[in-house]
Amino acid sequence: MSFSRRQFVKGGVTAFTFGFAAPQAICDIAFAQGSAARNIVVVYLSGGNDSLSTVIPYRDPNYTTRRPTIAVPAANVLQIGTDSSGVELGLHPRLTGLKSIFDAGRLAVIQRTGYANQSRSHFTGFDIWGTASVTNTSGTGWLGRYLDSQRMPVDPLVAWNTQRETPRPLMARLVGVPAITSPATYAFSGANTGTEGTYERTAQTRISSHVPVDRPHLAFVNSTTQAALGTLDRVATVAAYRPANTYPNNGFGQALTAVAGAMNKQIGTKVFWVQTGGFDTHATQGVNQGAYFNLMATLGDGLKAFYDDLTAQGLMSSTLVLVYSEFGRRISENGSSGTDHGAGANMMVLGGSVRGGIYGTAPNLSLDPANPTLENNAGDVKYETDFRSVYAKILDSWLGSNSVSVLGADYRAGAPNFL
Amino acid sequence: MLEHILRRMGFGASPAELAAWSSVPIDTVIDRLLNYESMTTDHDSKIGQPDYVGITTSSGNPFSPNTLINDARQRWLFRMIHSQRPLEEKMALFWHNHFATAYSKLAGAVGQERATRLMDNDPSSLPGSPAGQIQVLRQYATGSFPGMLLEMSKHPAMIYWLDSQLNTRTRPQENFGREIMELFSLGIGNYTEQDVYAAARVFTGFNWQLLGDRASTTDSYYTFQYRAADHDTNAKTFTFAIYPDGGKTIPARAAAAGEQDALDLILALARHPATAQRLAGRLYKFFVNETSDPDQALVNAMANSYLGNNYNIKAVLRTLFQSSQFRSSANFHQRYSWPVEYVVKAIKETGWTGYSVNGAMTPLTNMGQQLYEPPDVNGWATGPEWISTSSMLARMNFSAALAQNQRFNLARDAQPYRQSPERVLDYMLARFPTMGFATASKTAMTDYLRSTAWTGTDTQLQQRIPGLARLIVGSGEYQFN
Repeated sequence: MSFSRRQFVKGGVTAFTFGFAAPQAICDIAFAQGSAARNIVVVYLSGGNDSLSTVIPYRDPNYTTRRPTIAVPAANVLQIGTDSSGVELGLHPRLTGLKSIFDAGRLAVIQRTGYANQSRSHFTGFDIWGTASVTNTSGTGWLGRYLDSQRMPVDPLVAWNTQRETPRPLMARLVGVPAITSPATYAFSGANTGTEGTYERTAQTRISSHVPVDRPHLAFVNSTTQAALGTLDRVATVAAYRPANTYPNNGFGQALTAVAGAMNKQIGTKVFWVQTGGFDTHATQGVNQGAYFNLMATLGDGLKAFYDDLTAQGLMSSTLVLVYSEFGRRISENGSSGTDHGAGANMMVLGGSVRGGIYGTAPNLSLDPANPTLENNAGDVKYETDFRSVYAKILDSWLGSNSVSVLGADYRAGAPNFL
Repeated sequence: MLEHILRRMGFGASPAELAAWSSVPIDTVIDRLLNYESMTTDHDSKIGQPDYVGITTSSGNPFSPNTLINDARQRWLFRMIHSQRPLEEKMALFWHNHFATAYSKLAGAVGQERATRLMDNDPSSLPGSPAGQIQVLRQYATGSFPGMLLEMSKHPAMIYWLDSQLNTRTRPQENFGREIMELFSLGIGNYTEQDVYAAARVFTGFNWQLLGDRASTTDSYYTFQYRAADHDTNAKTFTFAIYPDGGKTIPARAAAAGEQDALDLILALARHPATAQRLAGRLYKFFVNETSDPDQALVNAMANSYLGNNYNIKAVLRTLFQSSQFRSSANFHQRYSWPVEYVVKAIKETGWTGYSVNGAMTPLTNMGQQLYEPPDVNGWATGPEWISTSSMLARMNFSAALAQNQRFNLARDAQPYRQSPERVLDYMLARFPTMGFATASKTAMTDYLRSTAWTGTDTQLQQRIPGLARLIVGSGEYQFN
C-alpha cells in the first residue's frame, strides 16, 4: 500500500479548516439544512463478498458442480424470481430479513457489477471502488467529492464514519469526516474534574484552533481535534437514542443503531459509512451453518432491524442504503471449501424510495473459456454494469448532485433504474 | 538532534535517559542504537520491580505473557519503555505491521493460550516451544530479509493466518501465495494472476502440528510441519526470473525435496529490484519522513545497500541512519506517531511511578492500534490515517489519564519553576519536546495556568501541572514523531 492522505492534506487544508472555525454557527447551519434532507448509508462488506452465495443462480448446473461442498441446495434458497435473462435466483437462506424487504419492493439487487480488468487485491480493489477511478486510486473518494461539492462552510457532522479510520470513499479535499465509532464513548475527559476539567477543555480548544496553512499536517490534526470538540455535544444526544425494536448485539447492529439515532435526533448527517468484515472466506464457508451463514445473519438481521426501525418512524423514505464489496470471489470453490479472490459481484440498494427488483443478468457459470459472462478462463465473473453507473444514479437521482462532476466522467448510460 | 535520534531509533527518552545520552557524540549514539547486539536482554527480569513501569495481572493469575495476550501486550509495552535495545523493538513493530498477523483469528481456532504462544512465545518459557512470530521478527529485526521471509512462510502463526495448512496438491489455495508477493515483497503491479496460481502451488504441503503436552493448553505449542504428500511436485512457471540465469520455472522435483520450491521462490522475491525499492521506501517513510515525497536518491542508496549486501536489513539501516537526510532538521517531526509510539513516548516523558501499562490497553484500541491485532494482512493504515476525531479524543483522553495518574510527580518536578506560569511553561515545553507551538497557543497555556489566580501552591501545581501536561501531550503538535 502506498497511499496517504497527503494530497488531501496539502490541497485542501485552508477551506477544510475554515469549515471548523465556528462550531456554533455550523451547528445552526445543520439545523437549518434540516432532517428532511435525504441521506445515504453505505454498507461495505470488507474482504470481498462471495456474492454468488448471496444471490444464487441455483438452477445453473455448473453452480453445483463447481461448488461441490459449498453450494446451497436449490430447496433451501429464498426464491426471488428470475432475471431478464431467465435465470432463477434465490437469496441465501439466512437472508430472511432481506427477503421480506425484497418482497416489499424496497430491495434492488444489481447483478454483475464491477469494471474492466478488475483488481483481485483487497486494497487496490477497495481504493478503486472508493475513488471511482481505476487509474488514480490514491486521490479523494467519490463520497468525499460529493461532500466537497456542498455549500461551504459545511457542518462537521454532514458525514459520519462509524469506523476509526477514514475509508478511501470518504476522503475529501475540503471536508473532514468525523470518526464516531460509538456515540457513548465520544467524550472528552480531564486530568481534573469539575471546573478544573472545564478549564482544560477550553484551553485544548484554543490550542487546537491553530491551523497554520504552511504546516498542513499540523493543521490537519488540529482541525480534526476542533471537529471532535465541536461535535461532542451533539453526538452525545445520539448516545441517548433507544430504538423501539431490537438490533443484533454485534458491531454492525450497534453501528446501525447509532445511524438510526442520528436520524432520529435530526443532527443533519447526510452520509454514513458502516462496514462489517469477515468476507475474505478462503476456507470453510459452510452451507447451512458456518462462516458464510453467520456473515449473512449479521448482514441480514442488522439491515432488517434498521429498516423496520426507520420505517416505523417514517424515516425510511428519506434513507437509501448501498451495499457493496471490493470484489466477488472465484466461481469454483478452492480446496478448502472456500473461495479465492475474484472479480464481478452484486451490489444491493435498499430504501423506502427504492424501486426494488433484480437488475442486470446473472453469469452463466459454464467453464467454456469463451463464455462472455465470465473472464480469466471462466474462472471469475465478468462485470456487466460499471459500478460507477450505480454511483451516478444515486448521485443524480437521490442526492440531487451532479454525477458527471463528482465522478469526473459520465457514467449515466446503462445505470440500473432503481430510483 | 539527540531527541530526534532517540524518537526515531527508539521510542523517545525519559528525562534521566536523555541526560545520560547527552554527553555522547551523535555518531556514537547512532552506532550504539544500531549495533545493539552487545546490549543486555534482561529487560523482562525487571518486570514487577520498583522503578519500572507496572503491569497488572488478570484476577489472581500470575503474569503469563506467553499464554495470555493481554499480558503479552503489557510485556511488549514494557520492553518498548525499558529495553536497552530500543531499535530491536522498533523494528519488531515495523515488521509486525509488514507481516501483519492478528491474534483473534488464531485464538478462534486454537484458544487463547496457544494463540498467544503463536504470536510472541519466549522459547525459554517452555522446553521445545518455538519462538512466537514477533519474537522471530525480533531475531531477524536487522538481519537477512530472505531469512525472515522464509521464517514467516513457515511460522505456524502465518500458516494459519493465511490458510497455508489448507493449501494442498489437490486443493491449492491462493491466500498466502498472493500476499507474499503483494504485501510481503514485490508489491502490486509486479506479478500476474498466473504467478499467484504458481506461488500457491509452491507452498503446498506447508502445514502446522501441535506438540508438547497436547492435553494441556498451556504446555503445548504449534510448530511447522512439511507434509510431502500434499506437495505439488510439478514444475511452476512464473512471469519473472526465479533464478539468477533468468530461468522462470521452478523444476519438477520429488515431494521429499519440495520445500526447496519455497526457498527458490523466496530468494527470487528477495532479490527482485521491486522488493528492494519497496522495502527501502517503507523504511524511509518509517524512519525519515512520511509527509513529503521520498528523497529518491536516499531510497535508491538504501535499495542498493540491500541488493549489495545479501539482502541484509542492517546494511539498509546503516545507509539510512548515516545519511544526512536522517539527521536533517527538515525531517524532524515529519512522521505521525503510531499510537504505540505515542503512548510509549508519553509514558517515558511523563513518568511511570505507580503507573501500569495495563492502563494503556483500552486507549490504544480506541486510538486504532491494538498490538498483535492489526486490522488485516495489510497492517495498519499509517500516517494521516491514524488521525480521526475519535482517535484524537482517545489520544487526548489518554494524556489526561496518564497526567492524572502522575500528578504528584509532575507537580513535584515543576516546583522549582513555580514563581510564574511562564517559567512553568518553559520547563514543561522542554520536558515534552514537540515541533513547537505558536505564540497564541503558548498564551492559551499560560492563560490556562491562570484560569484562576496563579498562586504556585502545591495544591494548585497538582491540578494545573497535570492539566498542562495533558494539554501538551494531547496537542496536535505532540502527535508528530
